[in-house]
Amino acid sequence: MHESSLINISLFILFLPLLGFVITLLLGKKVKSIYIFENLIIIITFLSSVYLLFSKLSYFRTEKINAELEWFGFNNIINGTTLSINLGFMIDNITAIMLFVVALISMLVHLYSIEYMKGDERYNRYFAYLGIFTFSMNGIVLTNNILMMYIFWELVGLSSYLLIGFWFEKKTAADAGKKAFIVNRIGDIGMFAGILILFFTYNTFSFDKIFSSIGSGILPFNSDFWLTITGVLLFCGAIGKSAQFPLHVWLPDAMEGPTPVSALIHAATMVAAGVYLVVRIFGLLTADAMLFIGIIGMLSAFIPATIALTQNDIKKVLAYSTVSQLGYMIMALGIGAYQFAFFHLVTHAFFKAALFLGSGSVIHAMHHEQDIQKMGGLRKKMPLTYWTFIISSLAISGIPLTSGFLSKDGIIASSLAFSDLTGHYLFPIFSLVVAFLTAFYMFRLIIITFHGKPKDEHKFEHAHESPFLMVMPLVVLATLSIFIWYTPNPINSEQGWFLSKWIEKPVLHTPDKTRFDFMKMGNIESNLSHSYIESEVYKEAMHHSHLSAMILSGLVAVLGIFLAFTVYQWKKIDADKIAKSINPLYKFSFNKWYFDEIYNKTFVALTIGLSRVLAWFDNKIIDGIVNGSAFLTKHFSFFIGNFDKYVIDGIVNFTAYFNGFAGLIVRRIQTGKVQSYLALVIFSIVILLFIFK
Amino acid sequence: MNTYDLIFYLFAAVTILSALMVVTHKNIVHSAFYLLFTFFGVAGLYVLLAADFIAIVQLIVYVGGILILLLFGVMLTNKITNVEIRTGTINLVPAVIGVGLFAGALLASVVNSPWKIKNPEHTVPTTKLLGTLLLQEYLLIFELLGIVLLIALIGAASIARK
Amino acid sequence: MTVGLTHFLIVSTLLFSMGLYAIITRKNAIMVLMGIELILNSANINFVAFSRFGNFGYSGQLVALFVIVLAAAEAAIALAIVLNIYKNLSTVNVDEIDNLRD
Repeated sequence: MHESSLINISLFILFLPLLGFVITLLLGKKVKSIYIFENLIIIITFLSSVYLLFSKLSYFRTEKINAELEWFGFNNIINGTTLSINLGFMIDNITAIMLFVVALISMLVHLYSIEYMKGDERYNRYFAYLGIFTFSMNGIVLTNNILMMYIFWELVGLSSYLLIGFWFEKKTAADAGKKAFIVNRIGDIGMFAGILILFFTYNTFSFDKIFSSIGSGILPFNSDFWLTITGVLLFCGAIGKSAQFPLHVWLPDAMEGPTPVSALIHAATMVAAGVYLVVRIFGLLTADAMLFIGIIGMLSAFIPATIALTQNDIKKVLAYSTVSQLGYMIMALGIGAYQFAFFHLVTHAFFKAALFLGSGSVIHAMHHEQDIQKMGGLRKKMPLTYWTFIISSLAISGIPLTSGFLSKDGIIASSLAFSDLTGHYLFPIFSLVVAFLTAFYMFRLIIITFHGKPKDEHKFEHAHESPFLMVMPLVVLATLSIFIWYTPNPINSEQGWFLSKWIEKPVLHTPDKTRFDFMKMGNIESNLSHSYIESEVYKEAMHHSHLSAMILSGLVAVLGIFLAFTVYQWKKIDADKIAKSINPLYKFSFNKWYFDEIYNKTFVALTIGLSRVLAWFDNKIIDGIVNGSAFLTKHFSFFIGNFDKYVIDGIVNFTAYFNGFAGLIVRRIQTGKVQSYLALVIFSIVILLFIFK
Repeated sequence: MNTYDLIFYLFAAVTILSALMVVTHKNIVHSAFYLLFTFFGVAGLYVLLAADFIAIVQLIVYVGGILILLLFGVMLTNKITNVEIRTGTINLVPAVIGVGLFAGALLASVVNSPWKIKNPEHTVPTTKLLGTLLLQEYLLIFELLGIVLLIALIGAASIARK
Repeated sequence: MTVGLTHFLIVSTLLFSMGLYAIITRKNAIMVLMGIELILNSANINFVAFSRFGNFGYSGQLVALFVIVLAAAEAAIALAIVLNIYKNLSTVNVDEIDNLRD
């Protein structure tokens, strides 16, 4: 087993889905069964990623494998420095785990889609798009430099656009695709600016080189402030991609895409990319940048949670819960809970995929009915879907014995420790509130959908458990939502192999004075690989908060579930009455805090207005200039043409005439008579003699 | 004015006058015969220049060969029965002017040039000397000349026969 | 003034000029050939004269000899050509032969 073989496998994993995409797209119209090929490819990809994960964790657990080749280079750019732009891969444990997650969920979604999408007129193209989606996400995961990450980042944006707007005959779907793309672009501008700052400062795109330069004290524009700005700008990309406040609006609309695609987007590929980006750039975040990230994450966790309370579309509820959970991860990164954030990313990927695929199963059974008010009582008809849904919901609510409990509890404990250490007490409060809300709306969803009496008898009669290919992924994913995969101790994840062995400890490279107090290395600064979470202060704070966090998070989760049951199952409290009594708040939540309306009234209207002005400017001024110059050019050409015709041609013709005339005269000398020539020779010699006497 | 000079002027006069007749006489047969005198005059000049062998060769080759050849040419190309065996002239005026100017320039340069003159050696028979030179120093040229002459004669025969 | 190099050169110059004159003015090709012979003779006079008065030994006489040989060859060839022209064009008048013009 050699490092290079790992690189080869990772290349294989990266490019296999691309191959699948190209072949499936090209042959899709001719060969009806080409989707089988795409599925085979994704299965091979998954097996390779399992192999990669296994070999990485067993043979190279503590190593970071880098492979780089020069893409193109310039010599003598500025002051004789050479500049080379490299393509490269880096495989550490996070990469390997992430690849595994992506490949697994992508494979399950592929298999699930075989049934779910059956009968679609663009069946093969759908699988091709899934292929390129997987390819782009693998690229993001594998890269070792931010340029490549940006490239694949945009590829993810493109493929999400293709998939969200897959049913583009529906106007809402086409609009949702455009919205996702445009909103993402807004975030990407920030990211691009951040990349430019980094490249301008360090002349490289490589994460490692940037980190080591920061570690040796080189900062953008030589100021801590600009380092913060850079971090925040890069984070803007994550805001867009991970649907964080205030750019979260595209994600619920993205529900217009096919449900398996939603599962893919929400669980493993697109939105995870944002969190993954922050994980990758974690080393260069200053305290201010982290605080900014934490606050954004906190708001993104809270606002969608309140919106999810009142939504009636099964997919929208899940969409808002995704935004909320992503906010959790982002917030965790902001408060330095690096390991728990990534942990939550992985666990969330599994149970959120299970939830989405489960909802897809329900929708499939209900003949594409998405309104939960028209469902009910499906528990008996679809037992497997129901139970996997329950397990995943328990996981997302953070009930002990599930994976969600482990990661969520970790985040809450970290937020408590963080508030202990820095005094930002809003973080633990909000995370607890969100945990409560999550438990509540998830079980509201379950109770309305699966319990009670069927509201639509006709559809209920026809409902049935989904076929094997759709249920199998649910079971797999629900199984992965159990604690045992991550740690042997169901209430404390820190001793588990996932946290203690697999995920690398976070290392900051920023100057000491820009960090939070508890992250400062002080006199052991020389050891750059030393992580702050091993410092005594932090360990003690975590130890303190651990128990209370566990109790509190468990408590609020149970409380949320209990409340949901009281309201919707046992009807002790009338939901409608409450809704009426707090009507403004209910409306506020139901209308998603009026985000879309505000954006429409402000940014969109502003943009359209600006576009109108620009259009007018274009029509009148630019076109005027263009037409004017055309007019001028035309007349000038006319003038030049005449000049050509009479003057230039005149000169040319005159030359010709003159030559002809001269020839007429001179040809008389050419008599063809030898003697005349000789006489001329004699004359010439005489003349020469007189000249050169 | 001694005998030598006298003889020189005599031969010079014969040469130049007969040459003048050659170029001006209208009858081509007459011209050919005047040419005979010219060659004689030149041969005489060679004798005066102590080139006895050359003078003899001049007589043999020119008078005996070339002149006869020319006469044959005249006979073959003019209708002998026609009394008018004359040839016209062209370019008379420019030729006179041009040749006159040219001759003047040449004469001027001949007269005015500061020739490095060595006093003539004692006159000796040259045949043996020339024969030795021809077969020693100039052997290659001599042989080549023979070949050229052969080729020329073959060529002449070939051209004329066509 | 005793007869010396210059006298011979003057004679040869005059002979040369007349040869030139013949070449230029006479119509008949045979006459042109005669002019050429005159020029060759004038050249020969020069050679022999320089051989006598110059410091070149007997080389000048030898060259004169060569010239005579070449003149013979030239006369033969030229006459053959003239005969050929006469056969083809029925004239030996040089001024009528202006094929070179075309």
